[in-house]
Amino acid sequence: MMKKIFPVLVVVAAAMFAYAPFMILAAPYESTMGLVQKIFYFHAACGMAMFLAAFVSGIGSAGFLFSKKPSYDRMAVAGAELTVIIGLIVLVTGPLWARKAWGVWWQWDARLTSTLVMWMIFNAYLLLRRYGGLGSEKLAAAVALFGMANVPFVYWSVNVWRTLHPKTSVIPSLQPGMRGPFWFCVAAFLLLSIVILMLRTELEKRRQELDALYLAAED
Amino acid sequence: MKRSVLIVLSVLLLLTLAVPAFAQKPAAQDEFVPVTGTPAGAQETIPAQRLVGIAYGFIWVVFFGYAWSVRSRLSRVEREIETVSRRVPERK
Amino acid sequence: MTGFVGAVSVIVRKDLLVEARTREILFTTLFFAVACVLVFAFGFVREGRAVSDAASGILWIAIAFSGTLALGRAFERERHGETLRALLIAPIDRPALYVGKLVGILILMAAVEAVVVPMVALMFQAPLFDHALLMIGLLAAGTVGFAAVGTLFAAMLMRTRSRDVMLPVLLYPITIPVIIAGVRGTAALLEADGLPMARAWLAMLVAFDVMFVTLALWTFEPVMTE
Repeated sequence: MMKKIFPVLVVVAAAMFAYAPFMILAAPYESTMGLVQKIFYFHAACGMAMFLAAFVSGIGSAGFLFSKKPSYDRMAVAGAELTVIIGLIVLVTGPLWARKAWGVWWQWDARLTSTLVMWMIFNAYLLLRRYGGLGSEKLAAAVALFGMANVPFVYWSVNVWRTLHPKTSVIPSLQPGMRGPFWFCVAAFLLLSIVILMLRTELEKRRQELDALYLAAED
Repeated sequence: MKRSVLIVLSVLLLLTLAVPAFAQKPAAQDEFVPVTGTPAGAQETIPAQRLVGIAYGFIWVVFFGYAWSVRSRLSRVEREIETVSRRVPERK
Repeated sequence: MTGFVGAVSVIVRKDLLVEARTREILFTTLFFAVACVLVFAFGFVREGRAVSDAASGILWIAIAFSGTLALGRAFERERHGETLRALLIAPIDRPALYVGKLVGILILMAAVEAVVVPMVALMFQAPLFDHALLMIGLLAAGTVGFAAVGTLFAAMLMRTRSRDVMLPVLLYPITIPVIIAGVRGTAALLEADGLPMARAWLAMLVAFDVMFVTLALWTFEPVMTE
């Protein structure tokens, strides 16, 4: 299956991740924020990875609801778990940066609030799957669809409302010295996300096999 | 019997922990009028290196912790599959 | 096979008739909404008067909390009477079933809001009805958004374990944007020059409503069928 590419992807992702800090250290300092701005490279890249994970979960959920194929459900749960994990990173690294850049840990502006809300939705997804009992996979899929619908809202929130958080236009207008490290980090995180998604869907597949085996053993 | 004693002790412990929290409040009101927003000088108190270090450290820990957790769950499931699949042919 | 509107009206009439006999959900939800207002009001009282901006927040929190309760109770009744299975077997479109339940919930929440909104206006000296049409628009759009998601989730959770706690867990994160828009719209309405802002929030609420109702209609059938 994809098992042959998997080790290659792992090695590449790990290598990129190991190399990234050197690129980040070599990048120029931002004029007003200094050292603390270096959090940006991972924080923004993780933001993009979070959107990807949410989309994966949403698409998997839609597929599962309408085709009932278990492979879609595996995609859905892997995406949701990853959204929660990366979302946690975004929601922690952001305030660590904000403390220095804005003077506050948190602000209830549109971007931060909507990101937190989206993160909560996928947490709710996982809670439902875990504690909802039989049949909760389908119900959770409906939740993930609402979660995915939030992604454009979270993304555009900085452009529509006045927020402390920088606008999306910051990315295309990055200083030349910052562009390389940034897009490198984005690629590293996207690759890492794909690796983890593959691993997690494999886990889910084996779990489903195990459940089938248990049922067969009871007969 | 033992459980109710435990509960009572836990409640007492929690109450004693809460006392210092309540004790501090009146002092704050007497001496210092709280400023809305952040007090001036908050930005200088935490060094940037610490924030950056915590941020990156956190990212590494979470990512590798999660990847490790998935891997260990996967190997556990695969081991279970092996044991159960041995049972199935035996039954048949 | 009855038409869409016919099916919806049959379901709405059934729900209203059942409710009219005991008025249980109406009275308990109303009481809970009032209790909510009181509890939150005390959290924001300084020197005997409530903080002036608290009115809009408290109003919408009361709507959200009492709405969740009403949803839970309404579908508990369906589950108890096992009428859901009958409804699912009936030769009506699934979307009609969803819309029928939604309209029933909306009527119930409207009845509750008819009491709670004047009450909040009175207790907090908040001139909510100076711009009555806009206020009613905000309430309607916000309630529709909340109930659209709530009806979907309450229906789909009916056979789920821990359904009582799962409904708020699922509902609140998803409807927070609706509540925020409702609160900010109402707060803008209470300000001197806030009308354009209030109308902007109303437009956002309507956009949310369209999205939520569409998503709910789309997912209702696959989620409710085995």
